[in-house]
Amino acid sequence: MKKLLISAALAAMALGGTQAHAADKLKACWVYLGAIGDMGYTFQHNEGVKEVQKELGDKVETVYVENVTEADAAGPIERLARDGCKIIFTTSFGYMEPTLQVAAKYPNVMFEHATGYKTAPNVSTYNAKFHQGRYVEGQIAAKMSKTGVAGYIVSFPIPEVVAGINSFMLGAQSVNPNFKIKIIWVNTWFDPGKEGDAAKVLFSQGADIIVQHTDSAAAITVAEQQGKLGFGQSSDQIKFGPHAQLTADVDNWGPYYVRRLKQMLDGTYKPMQSWDGMAEGTVAMAPFTNMPDDVKAMAQKTVDDITSGKLDPFTGPITKQDGTVVGEKGKPLADGDILGMNWYVKGIDDKLPQ
Amino acid sequence: MEQLWAIAITIIAASTPLLIAAIGELVSERSGVLNLGVEGMMIMGAVAGFGATYLTGSSAVGIFASMLAGAGMAMLFGFLTLTLLANQVATGLAITLLGIGLSALIGENFVGKQIERLPNFHGIDILIIFSFILVGLVSWFLFRTRYGLMVRAVGDSHTSAHSMGFSVIGLRYACVAFGGACAGLAGGYLSIADTPQWVENMTAGRGWIALALVVFATWLPKRVVLGAYLFGTISILSFVVQTMGLNVPPQLLSCTPYLVTIVALVLISRNKRVLRANTPACLGQAFVADR
Repeated sequence: MKKLLISAALAAMALGGTQAHAADKLKACWVYLGAIGDMGYTFQHNEGVKEVQKELGDKVETVYVENVTEADAAGPIERLARDGCKIIFTTSFGYMEPTLQVAAKYPNVMFEHATGYKTAPNVSTYNAKFHQGRYVEGQIAAKMSKTGVAGYIVSFPIPEVVAGINSFMLGAQSVNPNFKIKIIWVNTWFDPGKEGDAAKVLFSQGADIIVQHTDSAAAITVAEQQGKLGFGQSSDQIKFGPHAQLTADVDNWGPYYVRRLKQMLDGTYKPMQSWDGMAEGTVAMAPFTNMPDDVKAMAQKTVDDITSGKLDPFTGPITKQDGTVVGEKGKPLADGDILGMNWYVKGIDDKLPQ
Repeated sequence: MEQLWAIAITIIAASTPLLIAAIGELVSERSGVLNLGVEGMMIMGAVAGFGATYLTGSSAVGIFASMLAGAGMAMLFGFLTLTLLANQVATGLAITLLGIGLSALIGENFVGKQIERLPNFHGIDILIIFSFILVGLVSWFLFRTRYGLMVRAVGDSHTSAHSMGFSVIGLRYACVAFGGACAGLAGGYLSIADTPQWVENMTAGRGWIALALVVFATWLPKRVVLGAYLFGTISILSFVVQTMGLNVPPQLLSCTPYLVTIVALVLISRNKRVLRANTPACLGQAFVADR
């Protein structure tokens, strides 16, 4: 069924492609892991595409394929390349190998792979410093929690997730050095039932604020039901927790997509590895809600400082859980240290699964 | 105490959809029909239940709609396999894929919408209570009534049942529809009572677990309760263990519900005589009346 939908979508695109060719537009294509209705990760990529349509109008033709499983990605990517896409954004980590494989066959098509690390002459990578938002969330949590404990629901122990936990904790410790977190690994990116169950268990174990690095809005829904607080993930989830959501770490891909496509249009495009954050607008915070004004002001100041470069969540020296110290005083950690992070900061009473 | 109750109620809420879906599938399989479309019927129940509650503002209508959606999918399955004699395994898989795709399409406008959660008393809602009544009723029906005996006869030997004058196809349609209504209700439980929201693919494989529970419970209602609750309990306890900082690898914890449930049910089902007596002998076989 899924394959059928994809091939139907591709067939429809092939038709659209011939029409577009006459108009001589730049054809930009996206490959999505989930459905655009997931209200999280894929939804946000699609919001970025909508911004492209708004900003660049009829200079660009946009096409997407959704629900592409990572293992079967090479086929859909290649069909897009053959159908006249000039630039193809592959939006999930698992598309890394298929993207490189297809890119080698189509040297004149540009490829952009999200969250990966392997490149080629026509393959760029792009990622976002999501951990910056988590630092702000940590500070808010430490201010707002009555029990001094936050519950943290996570998917898999990969560096991006670990860096998020550490950044959250460093933010919280900057307000309350004794702040604690309880962590539950649910071993999935998306299972609303499990994510909701994990939230219930965390609340029963003394946490009164929930943070998550999984894709559904179940946790914030549970927080709303129980009169507790929490943060949205990937997307502004205020609809699910009008009285519970404090803010959300929003993936805002629009500015990046617009920038890269403008470069394609004016001929200044070059393959590169980019890692944008708040300064570029790729990491954004949803409005600060359900908190007093002084906490709002503190959070806003932190956002401003991170945006201006005055503050970096991972500024040395940072003490690891095992007591060793990394980073030079006053200097941020190197990008590589964050992209390969496999340790917890001091203050997390848990062992990082390897 | 309050903390223990919070965990207990989380366990109950996690087990209930598995129990309801499994008990429905048990009846269907007892009549000899293997419907692998549980996941698809469940997700259709979830979207219909949420949608109807959202549109009418009444969770009673939502519950009814979820059952209707599940039963509707089951009737489609029944038409293909019982009337047109399509292969049950392949058709069941198709029903699951259809349900996942169709629910996403129907649910497009319900994403991010809010509904009132099903009323409950300290977390205990009417569907939790109903799930136990349902098990009792099914058990009584199958083993204490004439129609229950007929269902089992049809599942064990459809030709003999037919020659005794039972309507094999009619009974199977009824059992398949019942199974679908239960699967739909289980999905509705997720979207109306447990975490009141609709997102694509929100059943996330629970239909498959329910299917497996029926087999491992050797088609006995009481054992289905045991299996569903064992699975729910271990799933939630594996989260509790993580919050206590015992440093057990979470990858191991997340597979324990499957391991423990399977091992436990295999151990209690090791009596070959009981197993043979309870396995529907005509499971998955198409029936064509010879006269």
